[in-house]
Formats: sequence, C-alpha cells, structure tokens
Amino acid sequence: MLSVTDLTCARGGVPVTEGVSFRLDAGEALVLRGPNGIGKTTLLRVIAGLAPPLAGEVEGAEGIAYAGHADGIKAQLSVTENLRFWAAAFGTTDISPALDAFNLRELAHRMAGTLSAGQKRRLGLARLLVTGRPVWVLDEPTVSLDTASVALFADAVRAHLASGGAALIATHIDLGLEARVLELAPFKAKPATRASDFDEAFL
Amino acid sequence: MIALLLRDLKLAVRAGGGFGLALAFFLIVVVLVPFAVGPNTSRLAPIAAGVLWIGALLACLLSLDRMLALDHEDGTLDLLATAPIPLEGVVLVKACAHWLTTGLPLTLVAAPLGVLLNLPQPGYGWLVLSLACGTPALSMIGAFGAALTVGLKRGGLLLSLLVLPLYVPTLIFGAEVARRGAEGLETQVPLLLSCAITLGVLAAMPFAAAAALRINLR
Repeated sequence: MLSVTDLTCARGGVPVTEGVSFRLDAGEALVLRGPNGIGKTTLLRVIAGLAPPLAGEVEGAEGIAYAGHADGIKAQLSVTENLRFWAAAFGTTDISPALDAFNLRELAHRMAGTLSAGQKRRLGLARLLVTGRPVWVLDEPTVSLDTASVALFADAVRAHLASGGAALIATHIDLGLEARVLELAPFKAKPATRASDFDEAFL
Repeated sequence: MIALLLRDLKLAVRAGGGFGLALAFFLIVVVLVPFAVGPNTSRLAPIAAGVLWIGALLACLLSLDRMLALDHEDGTLDLLATAPIPLEGVVLVKACAHWLTTGLPLTLVAAPLGVLLNLPQPGYGWLVLSLACGTPALSMIGAFGAALTVGLKRGGLLLSLLVLPLYVPTLIFGAEVARRGAEGLETQVPLLLSCAITLGVLAAMPFAAAAALRINLR
C-alpha cells in the first residue's frame, strides 16, 4: 500500500536521513524509532507529500491520512463541527464511528477551545477515522494522552489494521501492537561539504 | 471546498473571528477625515471618493494576515495540503471567504458612509459598483501575500509591504471610477480596466499563491 525506496530527506536544505526503504502492506503497522532530531518528523512529512524528497521515491502517497504534532482543530468550533468539516474535506459524511472510537460522545457539543490537551489530541486522532484513507501516517500520536486513551488509540489502530488499513507511527512508547520496528539511527545522513549548493539555501 | 468556505465564514462570525474589525476601521477612518480636513462641504466633496477607496483598501489590508496564518499555526494547512482538495482551490476559497466577510460588507456600508464625506449625489452608485468590482482583487492579491508570508513570525508588516504595490492599480482605477462618477463624467474605461485587473488576478493568483504555499509548508 505504501512503498518507500531509497528515500533521502532534508530539513532546511541539510540531508538528515538517507537510503530509507520499506514496504507497508495491508494490515501491517510499522513503528519508527530514533533519538530526537534524527529526522522522524521530516521523514513522515516527506512521505505525506508535504515536502519534496532529495532523492528516492514514495509510492502510494495518495492514500495517506497524516497526523502531525498540531491537530488542526479550531477552538471556536464544537467537536462535532470540527469532525464534520474534516469529513467533508475528505469526501465522507459519517462521523459517529470516530466519536465512539475515541470516547468523544459526551464532548460532542463542547467548543474545542474548552477541551484539555489530551481531549484535543483524541479529537485530532478521531479525524483519522473520518478521512477514510487506508494508510495512517502518525507523528507522536500519543503525546498528552493518558494510559486509558493510549489504549483507545491502540484499539483504533488495531481495528484499522484489521479492516485492511496500514499505519506508520513514530512513537517512543510501547503501544502493544504487533508491529515491525524501523530504527532510524543507522540511516543518519553523513555530513557532507555542500559548498556548491549555495543557491539551495535561498529556495 | 464548500465545507471549507462555510467553516471559514462560521469562524469569522464566531467570537474572536475578527469579523467587523475591517468595518470598524473603515468607519473610524471615514469619521475622522472631516475632523482633520475641516467640515467644509465644498472641500470634502472632491476628496470623498478617494478617501472612501483608501479607507476600504486599508481596512481590507488589516485582516489579511489572519487569512492563512491562523490555519498554519494550528496545523490545519498541513492537513488541508494532504486532503483531496487542490491547494489552488484552498487559496481561492480562503480569498472568497475573506471577500465575503470583508470586501462585501465594506462595499455595502460605503454608500451610507459617503454621506459623512458629502459625496456628490451621482457618485453613490459608481462608488458601490467600483468597490464591488475592485475588492475581490484586493482579497485575492492579499491571499497571495498571506501565502508568501505564512511561515514567518510577525509577517504582517512584510505582508503589507508586499501587497500594497500590487494594490495600486486596483486603487487607481477603482477610485477613478468613483471620482469620475461623482463628477458626472464618463466612467467606462476605468471601470473596464478595474474589472480586467480583477479577472486577471482571479485567474492567475490562485496558482501563484498555491506555489508559494507549497514552498512555505516544506
């Protein structure tokens, strides 16, 4: 469903990871690990198509639902309105499975601005369900979630995998998923002298 | 895209959305001008059309930096970029929502405010018409400027500096329509030129703004 070959990613014009390759088939999850600053977020943004790769290819990017550090939630809209908007943006209509999966029923009519950080995160993750996209690309999805919510999230990922989806998750905690682990540290780009790329800094 | 338009309109009219800011600014400018230049009606009448146009243009400028910056801060832009809506469409919808919440109300209140500046009687229709033709261009050019400066902290100043020169043709021809209309002269040429600028801007700017946005999202 998602295939990445020989991907080199750059942050601010400097290569951070190089030669990353993997395949993700239906029902599979892949966990990305690596120390801070190794380039997990950069890699995920390239895979999601938000930034161009320096080299290499990503296939299957059109089926991706991306969730980054920011949840894309509007404080002045209610939980339902936020979800309905994202459902409409992705061409779906049914938001009730998403409300149920992340235990948001009781909060459905609250303004998103009055939610706690963990509740906002749950709303941000519920957005993944309304996209209807098969490949989830998640960047630190469990930040500010309590253990019960992490379990909810793990259940949601399991259900998604069971229904033929796939997930690529950058995380440091153990979600209890049966997932392959990709350690990014060996793919760290070697420092290179880049005197010829003067123009690159201005693009 | 309709969902995005409705969401933007809803956000604008909810608390803290900034709807009415441009109108209040426009009102303040128009009310203050007679205090500054004197209430002499024969002095106000010839400058009324120009002052109304400058007021509308500056009021429009005031709300531009909110157009994309807020969506960038909370991550909405990243997510919209991965949604099945083309970025060109996103920018066009954003500009459209900005016009509906800023340009359109400004156009509608311009006629009542013209009374305060003693705008000559034949000028009212032309003033409203010229604003209706010109303000969509202001919103669309503004969306381009907002896309260029979206990643910058405190990009508002840079945004104004980038956008103001691009506003000049619209201002010249728009104000010319209103001024000539008020004096009872022929207005066809500036009106057509003003419309041509707006149409050209609407055709080209979504692509330029989307390209700028893609670079800024990297």
